[in-house]
Amino acid sequence: MRITAPAFKENAQNALTDLHLQRALEHVEAGFIHKRAKVVAALPEFDALRDAARDIKNHTLEHLDLYLEAYEKAATKAGGQVHWAETGGDARAIILDICRKAGAKTITKGKSMVSEEININDFLAENGIEPVETDLGEYIIQLRGEPPSHIIAPAVHLTKDQVEADFRRVHTHLDAARDLSESTSLLAEARGVLRDKFLAADVGMTGANFLVAETGTSVIVTNEGNGDLTQVLPRVHIVIASIEKVVPTLEDVSTLLRVLARSATGQDMTVYNTFSTGPRRPGDPDGPEEYHVVILDNGRTAMLGNEFHDMLRCIRCGACMNHCPVYHAIGGHAYGTPYVGPMGAVLAPALFGLDEAANLPNASTFCGRCESVCPMRIPLPKLMRHWREKEFERGLAPATQRWGLGVWAYFAQHPRLYRLSTRLAIGALGWLGKKKGRFRALPLAGGWTRHRDLPAPSSRTFIDQIRDREQ
Amino acid sequence: MSGRETVLGKVRRALAVSGSESDREAAVEQRLASPAAGVIPKRGQLEGAARVDLFCKMAEAVQAGVTRVASSDDVPEAIAKFLRQNNLPAEIRLGADDRLAGLPWEKTPNLTRKSGPSDGRDLTGVSHALGGVAETGTLVLHSGSDNPTTLNFLPDTHIVVVNAGDIAGDYETVWQRIRATFGKGVMPRTVNWVTGPSRSADIEQTLLLGAHGPRALQIIVIGGTA
Repeated sequence: MRITAPAFKENAQNALTDLHLQRALEHVEAGFIHKRAKVVAALPEFDALRDAARDIKNHTLEHLDLYLEAYEKAATKAGGQVHWAETGGDARAIILDICRKAGAKTITKGKSMVSEEININDFLAENGIEPVETDLGEYIIQLRGEPPSHIIAPAVHLTKDQVEADFRRVHTHLDAARDLSESTSLLAEARGVLRDKFLAADVGMTGANFLVAETGTSVIVTNEGNGDLTQVLPRVHIVIASIEKVVPTLEDVSTLLRVLARSATGQDMTVYNTFSTGPRRPGDPDGPEEYHVVILDNGRTAMLGNEFHDMLRCIRCGACMNHCPVYHAIGGHAYGTPYVGPMGAVLAPALFGLDEAANLPNASTFCGRCESVCPMRIPLPKLMRHWREKEFERGLAPATQRWGLGVWAYFAQHPRLYRLSTRLAIGALGWLGKKKGRFRALPLAGGWTRHRDLPAPSSRTFIDQIRDREQ
Repeated sequence: MSGRETVLGKVRRALAVSGSESDREAAVEQRLASPAAGVIPKRGQLEGAARVDLFCKMAEAVQAGVTRVASSDDVPEAIAKFLRQNNLPAEIRLGADDRLAGLPWEKTPNLTRKSGPSDGRDLTGVSHALGGVAETGTLVLHSGSDNPTTLNFLPDTHIVVVNAGDIAGDYETVWQRIRATFGKGVMPRTVNWVTGPSRSADIEQTLLLGAHGPRALQIIVIGGTA
């Protein structure tokens, strides 16, 4: 996708006035939050599982080189072909080469955020290979030429009516008079159209939620079963996975799956958890004849072992965006990167550069809800703050902001002056606003008062009031 | 330098390690050699009939159907009855599983059986599960000629037979069984955990069944009643 994060403010403004989007976003709050809360309340061990999940990933990251080697060894032993890609470009070249050797005309795809990150669809299409997204949400946005707006519910920004209009526009081989007023009819239509694509594809490509070092296994998690039809029917299965997806054992994966399903969709367990190891075995009546795994870095090692290290624990559940007031207000597209919400605000500057994505770590109220629901206990606000610091250090912030912070810093370092000036300012504002209790307009505070009133402060500062009480 | 050396080199530089520290190698070897279970929810830790009952309850809670039969001899009739009740043709496709082949199919002469993987035109597939997990009502199946993986996903209706004795409390117990069956560190090409029929909530967060996989999942549990 084209990165539009530099235009975040404009994107957000447009999102706030998009009525379709605002109607669709109501489902995020109503759906995800309630469902998660219910299954979490039903499992007394949930917090202990979160601690265990965090520890598993911490241990793995500390030994990442060794676990990647162990994974490669086991996957190769099972007949899999492991490829290593330093950059998105390397991964694209490897994937194209596999597709060309397979003589592929169409390739079906299970949902994969890494494939969005490396823009594989456009690249394959430019090279004469038709990529077909098969996850219902991904299929819908592919028809619209849009990027996903959520990492697990890519079409959450759309209403049913919009989907109906797209199906009528694209599925012109079907009866124009058909009834598509119900969501069930839309689902049935997509199922029928995609069934033919599944059976015709030469190559199937999926992501991986996890790679298991113990057995050389890749794991995908889906509710629809599209990822399974993608990998079991074509002659060639390609898995694209980033380096931090590796975990030690099948037991470790089981712990992570328990927190993933609950945090993502509020299910006790996702419908299909599929563990794939190598190609079809002698005597197997189905399954792919070739099994390739592309292991991708693409900027992850630059987060390893420094202040952004914790982010590499992320298992892509989406709970942080589901609980984010900023995401609720503007949806995912405004972020202008494949990764959105709080996790996107931390990940995007690392993957696409701070110059591109500096707006995103600033798009947070630091309310802390994301961290409170993160199954991997990633301190997301702290990591966003690290990016803000880097932005400031590198002089990327706007001049007014830098100047304002400079003034504030001067006062903060001179406590007497700070107290004197706040006492004067608060006293003046309190006196001026005494009658109405609020300000409708205020010099230098237009950014605030354009949208809402500023409550008038008490005429005495907090420190003065405390001092009065203590006497 | 190959992509492999470049990526591993970057990982090692970031972690400030060489990759040949004996304590790190020992930690990894030990963890892989003796996989340890993590936190196991108490919910599934029940014995005998109570465990099977929980499995059935959890499976039904995610929209799977459950039929309980006393012995494997009752399975063909249970399948025929389920198809009749749901107005489905008396035709099933199944793999070469000995446990399914050994059932008394002569009891259901009108039920047509086809064997082998599905090409997408079968309405009903029948599989035998390796086991089940009571904690979440999850079935565990694996690939092979006995139970082709395509049967789990292509037919509209998936009927899965499972022995009550193969229903464990948790996933970890099933992994131990897979290790005992296939060997340590060895996996079948595919292991499928299946928890309810296929579904999607991609349109307005409304849950709909039958996205790309089976629209209906019917589980036949053999035995396990108190």
